[in-house]
Formats: sequence, C-alpha cells, structure tokens
Amino acid sequence: MSTLQVSVYRYNAETDSAPYMQDFEIDTHGRDLMVLNILQMLKAKDSTLVFRASCREGVCGSDGMNMNGKNGLACVTPLSEVVKNNKLVLRPLPGLPVMRDLVVDMALFYKQYERIQPYLQNENPAPAIERLQSPEERDKLDGLYECILCACCSTSCPSFWWNPDKFVGPAGLLWAYRFMADSRDTATRDRLAEIDDPFSVFRCRGIMNCVNVCPKGLNPTRAIGKIRELLMANAT
Amino acid sequence: MATMRNLSFDAIIIGGGGAGLRAALELAKSGKKTAVLSKVFPTRSHTVSAQGGITCAIGSADPNDDWRWHMYDTVKGSDYIGDQDAIEYMCTEGPKAVFELEHMGLPFSRFDNGRIYQRPFGGQSKDFGKGGQAARTCAAADRTGHALLHTLYQNNLKSNTVFLNEWYAVDLVRNQKNDVVGVIAMCIETGEVVLIKSKATVLATGGAGRIYASTTNALINTGDGIGMALRAGFPVQDIEMWQFHPTGIHGAGVLVTEGCRGEGGYLINKDGERFMERYAPNAKDLAGRDVVARSMVLEILEGRGCGENGDHVMLKLDHLGEDVLLKRLPGIVELSKTFAHVDPVKEPIPVVPTCHYMMGGIPTNVHGQALTIDENGKDTVINGLYACGEVACVSVHGSNRLGGNSLLDLVVFGRAAGMYIEESLNNGFEYHEPTDSDVEASLLRLNRWNESSEGETVPDLKAELQQIMQNNFGVFRKEENMQKGVKLLAELRERIAHAYLPDKSNGFNTARIEALELDNLLEVAEATAIAALERRESRGAHSREDYPDRDDENWLKHSIYFPAEKKLGQRDVNFSPKTVDTFEPKVRTY
Ligand SMILES: Cc1cc2nc3c(=O)[nH]c(=O)nc-3n(C[C@H](O)[C@H](O)[C@H](O)COP(=O)(O)OP(=O)(O)OC[C@H]3O[C@@H](n4cnc5c(N)ncnc54)[C@H](O)[C@@H]3O)c2cc1C
Ligand code: SF4
Ligand code: SF4
Ligand code: FES
Repeated sequence: MSTLQVSVYRYNAETDSAPYMQDFEIDTHGRDLMVLNILQMLKAKDSTLVFRASCREGVCGSDGMNMNGKNGLACVTPLSEVVKNNKLVLRPLPGLPVMRDLVVDMALFYKQYERIQPYLQNENPAPAIERLQSPEERDKLDGLYECILCACCSTSCPSFWWNPDKFVGPAGLLWAYRFMADSRDTATRDRLAEIDDPFSVFRCRGIMNCVNVCPKGLNPTRAIGKIRELLMANAT
Repeated sequence: MATMRNLSFDAIIIGGGGAGLRAALELAKSGKKTAVLSKVFPTRSHTVSAQGGITCAIGSADPNDDWRWHMYDTVKGSDYIGDQDAIEYMCTEGPKAVFELEHMGLPFSRFDNGRIYQRPFGGQSKDFGKGGQAARTCAAADRTGHALLHTLYQNNLKSNTVFLNEWYAVDLVRNQKNDVVGVIAMCIETGEVVLIKSKATVLATGGAGRIYASTTNALINTGDGIGMALRAGFPVQDIEMWQFHPTGIHGAGVLVTEGCRGEGGYLINKDGERFMERYAPNAKDLAGRDVVARSMVLEILEGRGCGENGDHVMLKLDHLGEDVLLKRLPGIVELSKTFAHVDPVKEPIPVVPTCHYMMGGIPTNVHGQALTIDENGKDTVINGLYACGEVACVSVHGSNRLGGNSLLDLVVFGRAAGMYIEESLNNGFEYHEPTDSDVEASLLRLNRWNESSEGETVPDLKAELQQIMQNNFGVFRKEENMQKGVKLLAELRERIAHAYLPDKSNGFNTARIEALELDNLLEVAEATAIAALERRESRGAHSREDYPDRDDENWLKHSIYFPAEKKLGQRDVNFSPKTVDTFEPKVRTY
C-alpha cells in the first residue's frame, strides 16, 4: 500500500480562530522518502502550508518538529522510521508558541542559549598563532560542539515546558558545558556562578527525553551531570 | 508607500553566513550602527554545511609551508583567470584570519603537538607544484562549516551585533545617481515591508546552486543577491563558471567532502578500477575538481559506470578503517547511512558530479566594493554597494575553485569589507536620499506577485527551470543545447512574469518568499546560460564539446554580463601581484 495518510497541524492567526488537524493522502509510490519530502509534496498541493527547512541534510536545525509523537528533524527522518499503521501525524515542536502551522517561535529557546554566554572566554592575550590544544583536550569537545540548535531536546523536556524562562534547558546547558570543557576557556567559575540557583540547572529531573530525541546523537543529560558535579565541587 | 516604516543604518549586511557574520563582527566592534539581515536564523545559513575545511598555509602540517605555494595552486586551479592581486591578498591575510577564528573558539581538530589539524585536499602542492601533495586544509573533523558558523555567530552575540533574523531582502534601492542607498526588506513573521536606508549595503547572500535540479546546496541557495544586483542593472562576472563537485551522493545530491579523498579514499568504476590514475597520473583523485568531475562523466559515458543504469561511480573508503572514519569523517558516515543507505566502513558510496559552487558573482575589488564597467571599459565603483562571500567575484576562484578556499574567502574578504566600510564611514561621504519614485521602483515585483490573480504556480515553474539548466548547462556543454536552453529560459521569463501567488496572507508566508526566490533563480540561470553560450572555449569548470581547448588569445579574460542588453563583455584579469612575480599561464595538468 503506497498511499500514506498524513495529518498536519494547521494554524494561521489571520484566518483560523483555532488550530486544527488537516488530513491529506499522499502517494509515495512505495518509496522510503524523508518526512521533509512529504511536506514538500503537500506544499505543492496546498501552498499555504508552512514549515521551515534549509540544508535538507540534518545540519542546520531548521525543521525540528513532532512526528508521530516524537521530536526530530523532518529532513533526516525516513518514513520507515516513524510511520505506524500507514499514518503520519505532524505537529510543531511542543511547548513553544506557534507562529503558523509547523513554525514555532524560538525566542525563549535562544534566550536561554544566549544566557549561558555561548562564546569562548580567555583572559590571557592571544598568541601570534593558534592557542595550542592537545588531541585529548580537544576530544573532550566531541559530543558537545555538534549541537545544531534545533530545539528538539528542550521542547521534549517537561522541566523546560514548565519553566522555559528559568530552566536553561538541555541545549543551553550542553553549550554551557561545551565551554567549561574547553581547555582554552578560563571562565568556568563565572559560568557556574551564573547558573548556580535552584532553577537554571537543578530543574533537570534526569528524564532523558532530551537524549532520546537529539538527532545528532548528543547527550545533554550527561553534560548536565558534569555541570552538577562542578557546582557541587564549587560549593564545598 | 507613505505608510511604510523606515529603518536607518550605517551599514546593513544582507546575509548571516560566514561572509556576512565576519563582516558584521568587524563593524560591531567599530561601534557603527550595523545590522545583519538574514532570511533564516544565521546558524541555518548554508555555511553550516561546509565539511572538509578551510585551506590556508598556517604551517602546521608542514612548518615549511608557504603562502606562495598556496597562491600558485590557487592561480593554477583557477585556470589563470583568478585575479592575482586578490589571490595574493587572500593567501597572505589568510593565516591571520584563521588564527582569529581559533582564538574566537573554533574547535579545530588537532595534531599531537597541539596545533591545528590539516588534511590534504585536491589541487594542493608544495614548492609550486614540484614538491608533491601538500596538506593545507584546516579542519574541525568534517564539520568545519558548522564549527566556523557557530563560532562567528557566538562572537557576534558577544559583540552585541543587531540581528534582523527571518527577514527577507526583496530589492536594492537606488537614488537618482544610481548609488545604492538601502534595500526593501520584509519581516517574514509579520509580512511587514520596510524601507531600510543605509550608507553601506553589503550583499553576503551566498550561492545559487538551486538553479540546477541536482545540487549539494541548501534549499535557500537561490541567488537572491545576484538577482537583486541584476535587476538593479549591475553586471555579474564569470557567471558561467559553476563547479560540479565530484562526490555528490547519487540520487540525493547531498555532498560527501573531498576530505574523503584527502584522507586516502579513491574513486572506482564498475570494474573496480581506480580510474583517476589514467586521467591524472600524479595527483590522481586529488586533481582539480573540474578534472575529476569530467573524468567521472567520461567513465560513465564510456559504459564503465556503476549500478543498474551505469549512471554513477563509487567512492571507496572502507580501507581507511573504522577508527579513521569515525575520527576524521564522522559526518560522512552519518550522511552515507541516511542518504545512500550504505555504511562506508564496509561499502563504497555511490557518487556523481553535482552542482556545488558558483565561482562567478558580483565583481568587487579586495575591499568588497562592487564594481561596474563604464563606457570606456574602465572599472567603476558602485557607491554604497558591497559584496563578499560566494555571491561576490573578487575573483580568487577564477574558473575553478579549490576545495577549502571558499571558507577562507568568506573570512578574509568579509573582514576586509568590514574594515573598509568602517574607514569610509569615518572619512564620511555624501549620501543622497532616495525619492518616493526610487522606492516605488524597488517595490514593483513584490507588488506584481501580490496583485497576481491567476496563472501558473511557482513549484512547477521552478522545477522546469532547474531541468533546463541540468539538461543544457552541465559538466559538458555544447552550442546547440545551450542555444535551446537560452531560448527556453526566455520563454520561461515571460511565463514567470505572469505567474500566480495564491496565498496572499501576511504572517510567515513562505509561498511568497518562494515566489520572490523564483525571480532570482531565473536571473541567475539566464545570466549563466548567456555567458556559457558566449564563452567559446573550455576553461576550468566551463567545458565545451565544440571548443575543447583553452583559448588564451581571446579568453584569458573575465566575462562580464550586462543585464539590460543581455550582452557578454570582457574584463581584464589582474596579473600584477604586489610582492611576487606574476604566475604566467601554463598548460594545466595534474
Ligand atoms: C555541502 C557543501 C560543503 C562545502 N564544504 C566546503 C568546505 O569544506 N570548504 C570550503 O571552503 N567551502 C565549502 N563549501 C562552500 C562554502 O560552504 C560556501 O561557499 C560558503 O559557505 C558560502 O558562504 P556565504 O557566507 O557566502 O553564504 P551562505 O552561508 O550561503 O549565507 C548566505 C546568507 O544570506 C542570507 N540570504 C540570502 N538571500 C537573502 C535574502 N534575500 N534576504 C535575506 N537574507 C538572505 C541567508 O539567510 C544566509 O544567511 C561547501 C559547500 C557545500 C554546498
Ligand atoms: S534529562 Fe533533564 S534536560 Fe533532559 S529532558 Fe530530562 S529533565 Fe529535561
Ligand atoms: S542538543 Fe541535540 S536536540 Fe538539542 S538542540 Fe542540540 S542538536 Fe538539537
Ligand atoms: S533542513 Fe536543515 S536540519 Fe533539516
């Protein structure tokens, strides 16, 4: 059977009094397309359907959305991975305001990212060439620097849903630790002080939703664990 | 019109990719009133996709490495129509720009001695081609573009750069003297259209690979900057020069980096033969990209292609071992599994030459100032307009770009443009406001789409355009196909002028954005087609079956395309570097 039933969340504040689900049928000719391909086929039928996309290869973080209940990137999610009983339900990332259809307002997510001062800080003058870093020191950044800011993690995190203004969330904390873990950064103390309160870090309940959905295979929970350790060590 | 909101800046930078963000950083530090305007959140710009690295003689892999060798390779790679003063500037300023990136936090991979990791890339040599293969491409695994773009964005946050994210630039605004004095832009979230007045307008809008049906480029690479410049009547240079990257994943178009071959991978045909040994006995798989892409197509045409349809070749990596692949090429392993359904640790990847990079663009000097040509054939600065990055043609890539040289181009010339704009703002210059009719002129095409009531729709027209380019302006080109292509594009222009935008809503209307992008795709495609038809020789990426040889007598020149007359002229190539002797044109072999 190659006709796929697709149900898409629709909302346009200009024309709709409330969000609704719109059903489509799409002939995939039996191909294992990516969810993004399906969206493009739908948009060719109904040009008012809105979603974000850019790289179409899982590196820019544009098309994070909720597919059959799980967050992920539409462009690197093959139908075979998500479709159940021939049905695909597409919703915007949960917990952020919807601008239109599958497009969410990421402002809160970015605000938390900016809050952790996501840039290298080094109080010593830079040398004439690069700062040296051993391969072992550099290895510590693997699994951290690859984050693409897609927000799949933070919008699957109950703690972020309840306190998006106070809990930094998995993505922001992953970035915070990326700089703490960098042998070239000298601001760990200040970075920790910035988030040493009951909410910023400690709202994480270790539910691991973030790890389960990260399309880049990153592990924010582990990074949060490391930050906790540093905070505890600092406190004693 | 009377109700349109105005914003004013000292400098507006259109584009939040590597080039735009590097320029912005310079200006943010200067305290000038600057903003970056980008149709996507900056870290979603195409620079994020760059994999293999940034090429620069920082002397890490080889302490004796020399920027002059890098310059020699780049001039040769360009097939001698890269401007030698600009290439010299890039190669000498390069190390500074790369070290700056490192100081900003870019997580480069490292050698055991703690210095930045460098890998071999195509077209690289030591000692002016006499000392064998060089390793000059600085890498952060195979995610260099991601690392670079995020680092630049982060440092712009640190410097409090103003961002207009998810804003779309529609058209340039010119005053009565034909100076560029700003841009019409649309806030995508609300649909509000705003006049942005600025003393300096920087186009950093990236490439336009989406004119082809099969491309490694992001969906947003629609050549908006080129479209805006051409509609404003300004010329573009060497626009026929499109790079086809040897290793796009067959069927998907997604790129696997040249770094795969740099790390020791190689191409094989259906007989398992490493065929590049026949075409480029010395450099083999690391010959120039144009050379490798043509060899692949010849293998396929001569019946040695792989697969059911014999329409691709294979990239073999399994002999490198799992450790090297996971350490140096983790992103490639991921992409191959997702898009080719093969695990390169065990099997080869099916690949085919795929449209990748626009060597041509808006002609500029090394300060990023956009140029046009006056009646006497002399370069003239377009007041108020700057360009840097892939949209610009400064020209360091000539007719064939070397791998890793684009990222270097972005940071070197993004920085140069920023510095020059700061200086010229400090010196002060006359700024003449646009009149109401100047502004109206820049709103014409937006209004046309908004008022359309019936006609063909955007997705079909776009697909047709991409197919015309794919069929008639690919790796090998010939007169009769190109003539057909030019004719089809002229017809398409008529049809697009009467096309229809069904969705007239304001908020986050991406159908409107795609319509505006279609106009730009058409501008780039038509300029490409006419220039390709008129350049009657083969050079670099421009390979004609009917004119198979390089013709230095008539074509050791930039082509320059004038949109009003749809005519192709010529512009001199610079052969006068400041500190080294000219690299004279030679027969180009690898
Ligand atoms: C898959 C891939 C891999 C590559 N790998 C390498 C590599 O390893 N090394 C190398 O040197 N080069 C590489 N390249 C080439 C290089 O990545 C690009 O040439 C370069 O990133 C272009 O940067 P840019 O800043 O000019 O433009 P982009 O990064 O494309 O940015 C363009 C910006 O302009 C904005 N924009 C465009 N139009 C508008 C508009 N109308 N209104 C508002 N904003 C607009 C976009 O939002 C974006 O922010 C690669 C290219 C590809 C396709
Ligand atoms: S582990 Fe922490 S951050 Fe991750 S989803 Fe659970 S509560 Fe959120
Ligand atoms: S950690 Fe993973 S899921 Fe979260 S924003 Fe980064 S890439 Fe996306
Ligand atoms: S479109 Fe870039 S991550 Fe999906």
